[in-house]
Amino acid sequence: MSLQVENLTVYYQTIRGHVRALESATFTIADGEIMGLAGESGCGKTTLGHSLIRLVPPMKFIEGRVLLDNEELPVWDTERMNEFRFKRISIIPQYAMNALNPTRKIGKMVSELLESRGVSSKAVLPELKRRLGLVRLSHDVLDMYPIELSGGMKQRMVMVLSTLLNPSLLIADEITSALDVSTQKAVAEMLVGFRDREIVNSIIVITHDISILYQIADSIMVMYAGQMAEKASTEVIIHTPRHPYTKLLISSLPKVGVKYAEKRLTGIPGSPPLLLNPPVGCRFRERCPVAFEKCLEVPPFIEIEKGHFVACWKEFEENARA
Amino acid sequence: MLELDRVSKVYKVGTFGGKELHAVNEVSFEVKDGEVVSLIGESGSGKTTIGKMILRLIPITSGSIRFNGTDISTLKGEALKEYYRKVQGVFQDPFSSYNPIFKADRIFKIIKDEFFPQVSGTEWKDKVERSLRDVGLNPGDVLNKFPHQLSGGQLQRFLIARALLLDIEFLVADEIISMLDASTRIDVLNLLADLKARGLSILFITHDLSLGYYISERAVILYRGCVAEMGATDKIYENPLHPYTQMLMASVPRLDRKWEEVEVELKTKPAELTRGCVYYERCPQADERCRRERPTLVEVEDGHSVACFRT
Repeated sequence: MSLQVENLTVYYQTIRGHVRALESATFTIADGEIMGLAGESGCGKTTLGHSLIRLVPPMKFIEGRVLLDNEELPVWDTERMNEFRFKRISIIPQYAMNALNPTRKIGKMVSELLESRGVSSKAVLPELKRRLGLVRLSHDVLDMYPIELSGGMKQRMVMVLSTLLNPSLLIADEITSALDVSTQKAVAEMLVGFRDREIVNSIIVITHDISILYQIADSIMVMYAGQMAEKASTEVIIHTPRHPYTKLLISSLPKVGVKYAEKRLTGIPGSPPLLLNPPVGCRFRERCPVAFEKCLEVPPFIEIEKGHFVACWKEFEENARA
Repeated sequence: MLELDRVSKVYKVGTFGGKELHAVNEVSFEVKDGEVVSLIGESGSGKTTIGKMILRLIPITSGSIRFNGTDISTLKGEALKEYYRKVQGVFQDPFSSYNPIFKADRIFKIIKDEFFPQVSGTEWKDKVERSLRDVGLNPGDVLNKFPHQLSGGQLQRFLIARALLLDIEFLVADEIISMLDASTRIDVLNLLADLKARGLSILFITHDLSLGYYISERAVILYRGCVAEMGATDKIYENPLHPYTQMLMASVPRLDRKWEEVEVELKTKPAELTRGCVYYERCPQADERCRRERPTLVEVEDGHSVACFRT
């Protein structure tokens, strides 16, 4: 088991109270697994990703345990996480194109970063050059300033940088959303390449674009308003989802070959709840077509088939009947 | 309705403006009454520039844009105002389209002051509420709020409602869905389809091919300011002929099938070609002729044109 998260709860502190952005996240990621983390904006997917690597105010750790390769991660302690960050667990941030220091040549910036972690940059240089080759960047970029690179090139540079010390877990936060379709494909495939070459052990891909996940992820976890809704293998989530939210979400995606005149798709009526004072029970309740009284209680995240977790009372009922 | 005839936009770049950048290069197409045309292209293809030229936000370098037969670059004063009564745009980022200091419904008041000063207050209120209902909003929920109190989808629909107040005939929709969430974006898309059914013509600018297919009859594929391929949406999607379109179709992530094993050439910084095909550097099929001559659009079948020597 590469990553094991139990009951992880993280809130945001505001003057008006806690924004309950992540409620008891419980899931595991297997060795070599690429897990997609999908959901709408404000569903807590980025909060989850960031709380695994750098939990800083206004984020507030409430409870939970995180195990990386059977070793406990002190996610609540930013200082102690320095041991793990970049070396064992790493992130490719959202807007990676703005993550490079504009005043330094890229090679200089990389060596400064390595030295700050107590790693000799000379020793890593041959490997760095090999990695640049993997993402099809020329070695010249080390002598260039970030402004000289295109968005896609910067994105690939940050990918190389984040994975340079062979972290066990890589978190990729919306790395393809700002790219053109052709670059998007190349970047997504490079991510898979990092896993296949065992540069990283497992990957969490955070995105709102489910069609990208269908191409590269082994499993997908869907979140809604801070709660886990469903986790299963990619095929199952796309073709036979069980949670009402996943069902509606998948059916609302336009596909190439679908025209409104022939098949009118529908969205999900309503909008996600505010998380400052979220409704009790299942947070999808108000938009859910099959909600009933039981939904006033929070549904547990239960494995109904091997590797298929769902949090929905209606599904449990039907499952028990079947 | 709207006709673009060999429209170009050239920017002067470089320290002393000595170099030229052809953002849009002799683009011609038309949008008929009640038709939705998708303008598809990657970043830097010139799709937004075309939208802005239609809205007269930036001047044209050469060529002409005609709206119902009149060249829009000649419009001035009253006539230009009359043009904006019929043609309006909605843009990508709904959050930056509002002034955060004022309430969001101020945009309606501006329209009233500018275009309908003679209409009485109560009549105007009815009109605003009607157009809000047309875009699927409940007036009681959204009026009298500040922009930060409304969601992206609501703000985007506000802007469409604002355009509808003017009884417009033509809408430039520039990436209006890309900032919205999956569960709400389809509602905005359906709204456009309903408006089209009522006779509105739409230029739907997007980089997302599946959205383009869902809504439009015809599609124009742009690459570096030139039209690579255009025609009926089904024909382009089922039978893409230009190597660029083929590459796009192969790399768009889809839910019904996995990525094909097509090698996608990563974009290299292309040298500014003055002659030759704009896609020359990235094209797997390019030959000597493509380097020397620039292909023109040729109709290969009824309503389907391609600019490529190799087809």
